[in-house]
Amino acid sequence: MIRRETWQAWALLLPALLLLVAFTHWPAVATLIDSLYTTPRGSRPPRFIGLENFASLLDDRVFWTALRNNFIYAAATIPASVILALLMALAVNTALPGRPLLRMAYFTPTMLPMIAVANIWLFFFTPDYGLFDQVAGLFGLGRHNWLGDSATALPAMIVVAVWKEAGFFMIFYLAALQAMPPDLREAADLEGSSRWNFFRRVTLPLLMPTTLFVLVNAVINAFRLVDHVVVMTRGGPDNATTLLLYYIYETGFRFWDTAMAATLTVVLLVLLAALAWLQFGVLGRRVHYR
Amino acid sequence: MIRPTRRGFLAGAASTLALPAIAQGVTEIEFYFPVAVGGPVTKIVDAYAADFMKAHPSIKVNPVYAGSYVDTLTKAVTATKSGKGPQMAVLLAVDAYSLVDDELILPFDELAADAEGKAWLASFYPAFMRNGQIDGHTWGIPFQRSTIVLYWNKDAFREAGLDPEKAPANWAEHAAFAEKATKRDGDRVTRWGVEIPGTGFTYWLYQALVAQAGAELANANGTKVNFNDPACVEALQYWIDLTAKYKAHPPGIADWATAPRDFLEGKAAMIWHTTGNLSNIRANAKFPFGVAMLPEMKRRGSPTGGGNFHLFKGASKAQQEASITFLKWITSPERAAQWGIDTGYVATRPDAWQTEAMKKYVADFPPAAVARDQLQVAVPELSTHDNQRVTQALNDELQAALLGRKQPKPALDDAQANATRLLKPFVR
Repeated sequence: MIRRETWQAWALLLPALLLLVAFTHWPAVATLIDSLYTTPRGSRPPRFIGLENFASLLDDRVFWTALRNNFIYAAATIPASVILALLMALAVNTALPGRPLLRMAYFTPTMLPMIAVANIWLFFFTPDYGLFDQVAGLFGLGRHNWLGDSATALPAMIVVAVWKEAGFFMIFYLAALQAMPPDLREAADLEGSSRWNFFRRVTLPLLMPTTLFVLVNAVINAFRLVDHVVVMTRGGPDNATTLLLYYIYETGFRFWDTAMAATLTVVLLVLLAALAWLQFGVLGRRVHYR
Repeated sequence: MIRPTRRGFLAGAASTLALPAIAQGVTEIEFYFPVAVGGPVTKIVDAYAADFMKAHPSIKVNPVYAGSYVDTLTKAVTATKSGKGPQMAVLLAVDAYSLVDDELILPFDELAADAEGKAWLASFYPAFMRNGQIDGHTWGIPFQRSTIVLYWNKDAFREAGLDPEKAPANWAEHAAFAEKATKRDGDRVTRWGVEIPGTGFTYWLYQALVAQAGAELANANGTKVNFNDPACVEALQYWIDLTAKYKAHPPGIADWATAPRDFLEGKAAMIWHTTGNLSNIRANAKFPFGVAMLPEMKRRGSPTGGGNFHLFKGASKAQQEASITFLKWITSPERAAQWGIDTGYVATRPDAWQTEAMKKYVADFPPAAVARDQLQVAVPELSTHDNQRVTQALNDELQAALLGRKQPKPALDDAQANATRLLKPFVR
């Protein structure tokens, strides 16, 4: 006979469990199954083909470009936005005139929807009369087609993402800094510790739990945030700004190759799972929780 | 932009209201449509539907605005696959192959098989019908259709010492005019001679150059492409030369969406763009401008573009008939003319241009007729099986060549190889 507590535990778990299964676990399993079949077309039903979809991914030039772009994008946006967030948090944590205004300014990009942000930046990057070219023009520099050149298009996407993300992460750092007991600072002052030493030995270690949280979010966002790509470049020019998720969308909803889109999704899922395992397994152990 | 002539319609439609509206036996049809140009297009479409329902009380039409062309296709196909789709949708004419391959749409020739129906299908410009004609059937009814035209800034031409009333007639003149109209301030270019946008619809603009060079990008069955034909290479080389040799076109890739603004701001003396932007440019240009056919090399040429009405399989017999009634009504000469005047799209049939409203509009604003005249030399827009993917393969390589990362010939060879691989399952 099952104990009453067990029943109660399951009953309490049920709502969350139902939602998780319906919207996370089942779609993931269904995606995995779909990736082993061909795309149904018209009256032709899907046909089981094993790992053939994965094999044809290996020959897909755009897939490799998207993967490479996404790694560059992640490798640039994650450290840049996290470090910038920390610096901004430290700046607005000190006593400054007009501090609330500064905090708000840093946080504004986060409050704007990404589509709006992308449209604003689209204007910044416009050749000739866009903001950047107008400023560059004051210094006698010529026009630059930021989004129309494969060398600068991806960096331009990265700049937008960092601008958007840093303010969001700053809030977490600011909260952590505010929660830090002031007696630590006083004790360090009594010991004659330098500011840098205090930051490195006390502040930074105490911020590690926040950093882990922020890093996990930054990694997810590096693979999840593609709204600005849709608005600003549609993956172009010549796939210079195609990121993995954007390519999944194109394959699924523009080319209607649902099986290939499922295959790409499985790749993305495995990638994210591996990164999460790395973060919680390796980094997580070095984090000190109070 | 609703003109006084519309009142004539409304009055006419209102008089038919006198007929008793029969509540029972009302057939309901729904269609999705995209908006791809400026202006209050949704209001115009809603007003047409209201007018139609006054004239046909037994049919209820429900137009649904569904975003861009791609959004509309996505929504219509997803809804259809889940069994709750619309009866009709206005979708890109070039998506017909995919819709036929996925067995989602019905051919119109079977539903309008009587003499009147045949006459109706024959009343449109043949250039607009070709994209919808597959396997001997007609799958699309032309609605919001366009071509590419050349817009030029007459003030810029005058300033450069060119005849402001004369547009370039051929490639050599086009390059020479562009070179002359380019204005420099030291090393900086303050006005480019010409802009041919290369984002989004790269293949479409390129197809105009290819047609002028005397080649065709694909066969009529949509199973084979000729991307690396010598004339195609020549066309791409000319586009690149406008930047590399004549220094008259901005380097890199000019943006589709900002090209009209570059023109309006006086940053480009000439642009190649859709006729769908005519009303927008007319409303916002602060200088006299001209509209011309694209220049010729071996011949004149521009692809058609834009959307057709497609009829989905889910429609019941009554809904199919109601849809045909609606389509015949909305494509009648008067309404085709009104739609062209309201939006800037090309009126889809010759007799629409003979209506009083259209004659008056053209007399008032002659550039409106340029697109019509160009239809004589227009080619159907590039369309193949698995169309979105094949055009993407071409777009990628064109952009690589425009960016200088690849030579034209190897780029087009790669596009050809990719497209041939994609089309293999469709070659019978």
